[in-house]
Amino acid sequence: MAATTGERKRVTTARRKIQWAPYLFLLVPLALYAMWIIFPTFFSFYLSLTNWDGIAPIPGLDHLSFNNYARLFGLGGQTADRDFVVSFGNNIKWMLVFLTVPTTMGLGLAMIFNTDIRGARWFKISFYAPLILSFVVIGTIWMWIYEPRAGILNSVIVGVSQTLSQIFPFITPLERGPGWLADRNLALWAILGAAVWRQVGYVMILYLAGLKNLDPSLIEAARVDGANGFQMFRKVIFPLLGPITTVVLVISVIDSLRSFDLVQVMTPLGGASNVLANFMYIEAFNNYQFGYGATIAVTLLSLSLIIIIPYLYRTAKTELEY
Amino acid sequence: MANTTLSGEIALPTPQVMIKPKKKRLTVRRVLLYVMLLSLTAIWLLPFFSALLTSLRTQSEISLNGFWNPDLTSLTFQNFIDAWQQARIPNYLGNSFIVTIPSLIATLFLSSMAAFALARYRFKLAIPLYFMFVGGTMLPFQILLLPVFKLANDLGLYNTYWALIIIHTAFQMGFCTMVLRNYMKTIPNEIIEASRVDGCSDFRIYWQIVMPLTLPALAALATLEFTWIFNDYLWALILVQSEALKPITAGLAGLRGQFTTNWPLITAGSLIGVLPTLFVFAFLQRYFIQGLTLGSNK
Repeated sequence: MAATTGERKRVTTARRKIQWAPYLFLLVPLALYAMWIIFPTFFSFYLSLTNWDGIAPIPGLDHLSFNNYARLFGLGGQTADRDFVVSFGNNIKWMLVFLTVPTTMGLGLAMIFNTDIRGARWFKISFYAPLILSFVVIGTIWMWIYEPRAGILNSVIVGVSQTLSQIFPFITPLERGPGWLADRNLALWAILGAAVWRQVGYVMILYLAGLKNLDPSLIEAARVDGANGFQMFRKVIFPLLGPITTVVLVISVIDSLRSFDLVQVMTPLGGASNVLANFMYIEAFNNYQFGYGATIAVTLLSLSLIIIIPYLYRTAKTELEY
Repeated sequence: MANTTLSGEIALPTPQVMIKPKKKRLTVRRVLLYVMLLSLTAIWLLPFFSALLTSLRTQSEISLNGFWNPDLTSLTFQNFIDAWQQARIPNYLGNSFIVTIPSLIATLFLSSMAAFALARYRFKLAIPLYFMFVGGTMLPFQILLLPVFKLANDLGLYNTYWALIIIHTAFQMGFCTMVLRNYMKTIPNEIIEASRVDGCSDFRIYWQIVMPLTLPALAALATLEFTWIFNDYLWALILVQSEALKPITAGLAGLRGQFTTNWPLITAGSLIGVLPTLFVFAFLQRYFIQGLTLGSNK
């Protein structure tokens, strides 16, 4: 149906005015997208101005206020919501870790596996295998690793401390290791351990693809000019990987702002390890403060726009060149 | 060689002299590198090892002997049987497939249509719409959470498979459209013009000419999206309530509440839950890796 109308248009009006075909192809996808992605995005902004509890009818236009924002950021004489400050700080820590640890490790591993090292295939599989696991499974496996008494980590820590104390008498053997996930100061870092375990393989794959696409003649030219290993990397390879590095950094920031599952699974009681997404989930679904939850979501979106807009701008520039 | 005289003048070694010392240095460094790599890989595999070993033991045996001294004579598959029979694992797995397969098909079908329109036609909205999809892939899904919850409730979709199928389709469409559109852009114009001259309708060009040529990208996306949708936890948590409808992720998350300290049973359940994606990974690894890099090769 769709195609025939488009076809007839073109035949009758030799100089086509409006092409219908693309719009017919886009009709269903766009309708679905508008209803479930675009509308909800804007509706969150509206909800953030209400005190909706998630059950009663949504408050009308005459009941809108910025009270939620004032409460969240501590405007107008209030202090900022403590839970917000903690969760926001945790997102920042998450981001800083993601921007440094998996990126360096992933790039390093990609550089190694890009050579003709023996068994590269199997090494690579070990590093990207975590990517197929759901966060629920990753969280579960790591919770057991962090289990205070019988978990693999504390067994090692206690075992090593006891061996050391037999060799060096001044070391007192540990009776027990830290309670990783139950400890307010350690929980987030413990969760980040699991998150990094997954992320390294992802970054590695991206860089490996980038390295494969490098022009070998450029590398060869640099080699002929006498560039040695590290110089070659710093002056030739890394700059050539620029576009991939941008993608990696954007993904790292977006993934750290999106983090939710691991925290939810590993510390279901939340608190000190919450990121903004978990804080929002608790406010909405546990405390029935949907309006306040939406305010947190809008804040989160604004943070990611700091990354999204420049990235889109950059893509737009390259896109419009042809 | 002609334009390398500058560097050639400095040393001018014969090729053999240059390679020999380098090779010697490399072997020492290589061994060191190899040892470091092996240790790092061992650490990376430790969580898998921990889960596998634990799933074959009993909690009391672990408490008695500690993690590192397993009594190898008492290893058992009972945890897998218990997880399968007591923890509703088959039910949860079935739900995951019921949600994932239709979502996957709908996503690929709809996004390939959108991508075809955006890639092969020149019209005013092509670029803005493309950027809308690109922007959508980077959206933090938290912004959708509460309105989608409300929408699903109002439409009577809350606590049904449909809610999950629809939101997965809509949410993954952005990424797939972006990737497929860029891929379809690379198809030579002549092929399409030729079939147009032959009197092919627009829909036939899409379905019989462009789609077969897009197959590699579709295969990569299908593999990747299967894993992503199958592994989703957030939407299952928000949109489905009853045990009978929960996918495996939400089901496994609930296991810990039910079998709090029975880690062998919980890990056994998790390992069963991993099998479908592991299967996909084992047989379609190439596509999975390609899929992950598709979005970044722009």
